Amino acid sequence: MKCREFVEFLMSYLDEELDDTARSVFEAHLNGCRDCHRYMEDYVQAVELGRSVCREPAGPVPDDVPEGFVQAILQARRAVGSRGK
Amino acid sequence: MSSRERRSTADSQARARDRSLLEGLRRGEDEAFRALVDANTGPMLAVARRFLRNEDDARDAVQDAYLSAFRSIDRFEGDALLSTWLHRIVVNACLMRLRTRRRRPETSIEDLLPGFLENGRLAVSQSAKRDRADHVLEARQQRALVTDAIDRLPDIYRTVLILRDIEGFDTEQTAGVLELSVPAVKTRLHRARQALKELLDRQVFDRLEAAKNQDSAPLVQTAEEVDHEMP
Ligand SMILES: [Zn+2]
Repeated sequence: MKCREFVEFLMSYLDEELDDTARSVFEAHLNGCRDCHRYMEDYVQAVELGRSVCREPAGPVPDDVPEGFVQAILQARRAVGSRGK
Repeated sequence: MSSRERRSTADSQARARDRSLLEGLRRGEDEAFRALVDANTGPMLAVARRFLRNEDDARDAVQDAYLSAFRSIDRFEGDALLSTWLHRIVVNACLMRLRTRRRRPETSIEDLLPGFLENGRLAVSQSAKRDRADHVLEARQQRALVTDAIDRLPDIYRTVLILRDIEGFDTEQTAGVLELSVPAVKTRLHRARQALKELLDRQVFDRLEAAKNQDSAPLVQTAEEVDHEMP
């Protein structure tokens, strides 16, 4: 296996979608190639960072919803939504 | 109490709240709509901003989502939470808007995918070789870097990454809302993650270089070398 294939199969490996043969070939490369080892660690870290950043309470969930925007939504509701009554 | 029990208690409380809210919504009570909008607009805007990266577009998408929710409130089955239902609707509104709006000039994904030498070996970029010092960036700085990197991904890749890694859709659901095949979703997700990794490498590297050159109160405190050993 070359690095190129390693990188190509990386996600399938992490998702445990490789069959036994493919996995052992993959792991042999992983254990012998420092660059790919590092690549995988940084890849996993990037995925984790992406996930965590948006989940954090201090993250970009706005508590600054403008009242004018809320009013516009409620007004639009009265325009469409009065048929039920 | 186990965390699962806690979760299911919270869940049943949320369902009870939803039931009474839903009655009010179906009777057309203003206070019920006010409560619904108050509770959900912040999170919905956050989702829309991630997808659309533009405040006006994000607000339009949230408004579209509410209108379509208000129209179909009678058909809401109550098998999901109202917040989950609205989340799905706003995601769809964002995707619709992404499909129709004019393409912005974007970084090519090719520039962000790994290169290989003629012998098939990985061409490790300067920025990927940096010391492992990322973790000493302050949380706030790190959040800004990551958000910025996600924003820089080309639309079709960013969309898949957000759906799968952030909004919690699985591969099949992502394929469904994007009208793509499952293998296509997997390919795009893998490329998006590779590009995110590369962007983060570059940004962190730039920061480290800048801190080094400034030689003043550095962003990065002295970190132990965390160079890993190969087994
Ligand atoms: Zn390799």
